[in-house]
Amino acid sequence: MVSGPSDGKKMPVPIKLLIAGGFGVGKTTMVGAVSEIKPLRTEETLTDRSVGVDDLSGVESKNTTTVAMDFGRISIGDDFVLYLFGTPGQERFWFVWDELARGALGAVVLADTRRLADCFPSVDYFERRGTPFIVAVNCFDDAPRYDLDEVKLALNLGPDIPVLLCDARRRDSGKEVLIALVQHAYGRRPMAKV
Amino acid sequence: MNPDDALYDEQVVRPYVMTRGRTEARAKLDLISLAVTIRPATGVEMGLDPEHLKIVRLCKRPLSVAEIAAHLDLPAGTVRVLLGDLLDRGFIAVQEPQPEVDVLDERMYRAVLDGLRAL
Repeated sequence: MVSGPSDGKKMPVPIKLLIAGGFGVGKTTMVGAVSEIKPLRTEETLTDRSVGVDDLSGVESKNTTTVAMDFGRISIGDDFVLYLFGTPGQERFWFVWDELARGALGAVVLADTRRLADCFPSVDYFERRGTPFIVAVNCFDDAPRYDLDEVKLALNLGPDIPVLLCDARRRDSGKEVLIALVQHAYGRRPMAKV
Repeated sequence: MNPDDALYDEQVVRPYVMTRGRTEARAKLDLISLAVTIRPATGVEMGLDPEHLKIVRLCKRPLSVAEIAAHLDLPAGTVRVLLGDLLDRGFIAVQEPQPEVDVLDERMYRAVLDGLRAL
């Protein structure tokens, strides 16, 4: 149960969605297309707790990394407010992003067919963490078109992970992607499997 | 250009000065935790800094930690510390996100899906 402020002011419950994918794949574009506010940028200082890459053996102090995130907002009536976070492009920081992923309802992994491998780290991360995710292939004008099954195969995705085409610049397309994500997350609820 | 000009382009007060060296907020607020002002600050409140007052003014409607940080151009960690002060002194109320285990609520999914379809 979520407790609200005691003075009777009704507050919406915030919900977090993530838009992940490689650098330049259109994450901020998608956030901007569906957000009711101009995308904002916030900086979060993260502490490397278990550094696998860039291991500075012998350095005693904790490493901190500042990551910048663009985000937008969609109000759902008075009851809920969705915050969409475009995850930073440097995928190597994924391992310190548990804080960002904690409590997220789900994630969209944006893919570019010209650089499909760029989204592998995001797919791996959400699979490992158990965060519900879908893959949206951003259709760049000059990118080769593939059958969605080919993309699914190339990404080695399970049959239950939805893959769809989108145009990150278009609001209606972004909206469809978010609906697909929420539907997928709904079906993935632990209770839904009982 | 005078090299000293750079001094004036930057924020003169460093974030850790605003928080008096504190980097850990007592209340662990998520980036999407919402804050709303429940008591106006007059500006002569003891122990409130200009940044506290800015937050009190900004949060007349609920805003997330991430939004407050973006509007004030401060790191989210700094905003968490300042919000902790304001929470302790009863200026703001905070709405936490749904705990992960509670993201099972069927009503929430329906409301979100209906809301998205109506966009």
